[in-house]
Amino acid sequence: MSAAPDPGPARRRAFEAIWHDPTGFLGTLRTIQNVPIARRYMVAAFAFFLGAGIQALLLRVQLFRPDNDFVGARTYNQLFTMHGTTMMFLFVIPFLEALAAFVLPLMLGTRDLPFPRMTALSFWTYVFGGLFLYASFLVGAVPDGGWFAYLPLTGPRYSPGLGIDFWDIGLSVAELAAMGAAAELIVGVLRMRAPGMSLARLPLFAWAMLVTGVMIIFAFTPLIVATAMLELDRKHLTRFFDPGAGGQPLLWQHLFWVFGHPEVYIMFVPAVGIVSQIVQTFARRPLVGHTLMVLALVATGFVSFGLWIHHMFTTGLQPLALAFFTAATMMIAVPNGVQVFGWLTTIAAGRPRWAPPLLFVAGFIAIFVAGGLTGVMLASVPFNWQAHDSHFVVGHFHYVLIGGVIFPMFAALYYWLPKITGRRLHDRLGRWNFWLMFVFFNVTFFPMHLAGLAGMPRRVYTYGESMGWAGYNAISTIGAFGFGAAVLLLVVNVVWSLKAGPPAGRDPWGGDTLEWSEASPPAEAQYAELPVVRSRHPGWQQTSLAAEDPDLARALAPLHVGPTEWRGGLVVSALEGRPLAIVHLPGPTLVPFVVSVGFVGLLSAALIDSPVLALVGGLVTTGGVVGWFWPRASEGRAIAELGETHSGRLPLAIAGPSANGWWATCVLLLVLGTALVTLVASYFYLGGAPVGGARPALSAPLVAAALLLSVSGAMAWTASTIGGGRVGRRRLALAGAAGLLVAFLALTLFAYRATGSPPHESAYGSIVLGLLGFQWLVAGLLLVMLGLAQLWAWLSPADPRGHAVLANASLVSHFTLGSWLVVAATLYLTPRLG
Amino acid sequence: VATLSLPGSLVSCAGPASTLVPHGPAAERIATLAWILFAVGACVYVLVVGCLLYAVVRRRPGAEPDPGAERADGWGRLGVILGGVVLPVLVVPVLFLLSVRTQGQLAGEARPSLVVEVTAQQYWWSLRYRSADGEPVTTANELHVPVGRTVEIRLFSIDVIHSFWVPGLQGKLDAIPGKTNVTWIRAEREGTFPGQCAEYCGMQHALMRLQVVAQPGDEFVRWLAAQARPAAAPPDERARQGADVFLVHCARCHAIRGTPAFFGLGGPDLTHVASRRTLAAGTLPNVRSNLAGWIADPQALKPGNGMPRIPLGAGEFHAVLEYVGSLR
Repeated sequence: MSAAPDPGPARRRAFEAIWHDPTGFLGTLRTIQNVPIARRYMVAAFAFFLGAGIQALLLRVQLFRPDNDFVGARTYNQLFTMHGTTMMFLFVIPFLEALAAFVLPLMLGTRDLPFPRMTALSFWTYVFGGLFLYASFLVGAVPDGGWFAYLPLTGPRYSPGLGIDFWDIGLSVAELAAMGAAAELIVGVLRMRAPGMSLARLPLFAWAMLVTGVMIIFAFTPLIVATAMLELDRKHLTRFFDPGAGGQPLLWQHLFWVFGHPEVYIMFVPAVGIVSQIVQTFARRPLVGHTLMVLALVATGFVSFGLWIHHMFTTGLQPLALAFFTAATMMIAVPNGVQVFGWLTTIAAGRPRWAPPLLFVAGFIAIFVAGGLTGVMLASVPFNWQAHDSHFVVGHFHYVLIGGVIFPMFAALYYWLPKITGRRLHDRLGRWNFWLMFVFFNVTFFPMHLAGLAGMPRRVYTYGESMGWAGYNAISTIGAFGFGAAVLLLVVNVVWSLKAGPPAGRDPWGGDTLEWSEASPPAEAQYAELPVVRSRHPGWQQTSLAAEDPDLARALAPLHVGPTEWRGGLVVSALEGRPLAIVHLPGPTLVPFVVSVGFVGLLSAALIDSPVLALVGGLVTTGGVVGWFWPRASEGRAIAELGETHSGRLPLAIAGPSANGWWATCVLLLVLGTALVTLVASYFYLGGAPVGGARPALSAPLVAAALLLSVSGAMAWTASTIGGGRVGRRRLALAGAAGLLVAFLALTLFAYRATGSPPHESAYGSIVLGLLGFQWLVAGLLLVMLGLAQLWAWLSPADPRGHAVLANASLVSHFTLGSWLVVAATLYLTPRLG
Repeated sequence: VATLSLPGSLVSCAGPASTLVPHGPAAERIATLAWILFAVGACVYVLVVGCLLYAVVRRRPGAEPDPGAERADGWGRLGVILGGVVLPVLVVPVLFLLSVRTQGQLAGEARPSLVVEVTAQQYWWSLRYRSADGEPVTTANELHVPVGRTVEIRLFSIDVIHSFWVPGLQGKLDAIPGKTNVTWIRAEREGTFPGQCAEYCGMQHALMRLQVVAQPGDEFVRWLAAQARPAAAPPDERARQGADVFLVHCARCHAIRGTPAFFGLGGPDLTHVASRRTLAAGTLPNVRSNLAGWIADPQALKPGNGMPRIPLGAGEFHAVLEYVGSLR
């Protein structure tokens, strides 16, 4: 369809060869492209889904009748812990991220995600983290603290075994994987799009994943901080949560729910995106109120961070605070209402075709609205006092999560699987799949509301006959088996489709977004000709995806079935989707796999306190990271080809704000900033410095601030020399900055040792170490970056890759200064709270 | 399945622990609020699903238009504003005000005439009253209250987080180590109202139950006086031997006031254990055979609870059973 001249078969072959993924066992480990990684990611996540489903069935058998002794107390507690943990951390988020990894580049008209190695690293880390958690079954130390792991129950005193360590450490890995994927989503949606795809033309699924990515950054960071605190407490190194040492068990609940409530929306927002795409395609018209829907998505993201207290209504907080959170929680009905009525009016105004994806969407609306309404009820403080931690809540959140997330996910599978596999699914079987799931879902979960109102608490492995709960539980258990069987129909359908499904063709549904313009399944070298977008619905409103503007065609020429020596993609401006630069994307590499293997070694070392394993894991990880930053030959070829800037031609994005790496550094700083805020908030929640202690002198922190100010200034100057000469001075400035940084580390370490509040003795000592340790971590990261920049400045001073390190290190140096000002002000200037 | 035979009682959420069958003013206020919430929720639900059904069955005459054709959203956008913004903005403040009003009423009700200190621990409840002359009276798992009087509940925990919940009387409130939470209950009629721990607290969370026994004022006064008395002297020789066995094997954790075994704090106070209706925090009815089974092997009946299996000779076992069974 391209208006540009055909580049000839030789170029096409070379282009396809450069995007060809390696085969064989080692090749599988080296593959980093989004499509194969996303496929594996989805299969792995679905396997965890089935596992967690089996756990749920075992739970239901235990509750089938009063005083049952099917699995017993210990196993029941382990099963509900693993069921919740698996569904939340190993299934829903990873599955949605995998789906996005597949769909987003296709939908945005780009060849890959911005950080393909990060995609692979996320995947391997996630798989290893999940296997690590499930290894607890092999050694008989299955976590049993619930997916929420409240302290002090999960602390060292009341859960002495390894179970909670498996949970805590395994979870941290899965969290890191989610964070990596979030960085991909944010930078991918903002930077890697088809030319012409302005934000106004961005499909709602892409909007949803952008909001999700930002929410993951802000929500998962407090959880990572909290799980780190928990592990330190469990190793008797700190006492953050120990009430006997000034610690606060409720601090955990605050940190957990600051994550946990947005988490619900992190799962739901992608579903909103999925549903919006499907409604549009199957109602055969553009979404009614597109702009309102986008606003509602963003509003949902914001408001979801102000609701966490409604998980803590029964902890005895101030009545006024409770009422505030009632109001905030109820107001989320507005954005959700806009979304629901947006879909309803679109369906009403369109010509709906009731294929399985739209059926699942209708079922989603019918179930999710019920879950949303019980959510509004639960936001009422007095009602919550009765319903909280009862089976009413179990019913409520399964309506929200199965209705609001699993049904859209099934809709998405029926919608996009033909694109993923290239084959259609069985339509009739899909309808059965939907109706059986819909009916048995309600049979399973509706009675739980009634059981809860009849007084049945959650997380009880048994109940007495006299309580009158037997009927509800019997119905729920029967329904659960029906629901499980209905879910399996999807597996049957997929197997049938792979064996006998008719070819899907490019566009089986008549969709409006770009992914339907590519082959099904997509070629390894997707978008050999980059599509050009001139409408919000290119599939419906554009006759051609070729560049009509000759200037644009000329600018895109290097990307037309090319480059052929390296993998290249396009970077556009965030707002207008104007082509900005060409980006080099890495080819197959073993590095992400190696790094994640190293991670697992480190984590296993933390689990069993093994220095040897820690050393091995550390070496493997370090080796992997060195390999990661080792200059790549393909990048050298890209620089040789496009490094010189010519007018009228797109530059190569390597260093500074045009480079994806620079944006990734910004995301990292956002993560670090969130962690800092979390630590400072924890400091005040724990009551600040104890009254009566001697106030430490201000000289050390002031000198330390002056040191970091000099570092930051030196780095700002050094970054400004990029492109010019002055290589000698640059080396000198880098060395000086490193020296000042070392002086900062030494000074603050010395000042810390003089404070005399050991972390294992009091919560105050713990949080002081937490804040300073964070600062040291940031400074250490900066030191490594300075070393790397120095290496480039000596070995290849004109290389733009060295400039990239320099520009990123400069960003980090400013953050280090700002972070120290916050840490020092918190520790040295705030009033004593006692 | 015999349990499925009573759909009527299922729908009404009846049962001894129902939140919707209140036995006191707190639970009653919340139940009233709950019914309003259900009614409003049901109306909104019917409205939304009605819209969904309309969208499904609406007649669409004429040929199918081109999906990419430019068209105004028109009434569609109005529908989004009406359903998505106007509807919640009208309904939500009403629910909010009703909720806050009920919250205020529940707070204003607290004028206690009696205070009970409830200390939650894995997996039972220690209850401390004050006798008529101000002496502490400790019992466990069976919370006696006078009918029609407001009782303040002060909640403590000595280990992990628990939650005090008697659905027929009041909403739940957590017992948190290092923090004192206060709530109140008032039973308007005589009866026994089951409650239980509502925050997952470890292996036997499910068997951390309690009972509220609401009795007429004079009966309650007699009960409290009886609980305040020291333990009855062993009625016979075997029970006397049992008291000695108790002192050796059980007294480290269990107190029996008025005897040399007065000091144990780790387990329930047993001064009048035979007067209680259940054993092991509502796990078993308190009859002699269950007491025997419990003393013989507590870990078999409630695995993971704090009481270890004490190796006793047959004679020691029967003596201590006789003694504990006599502590009325």
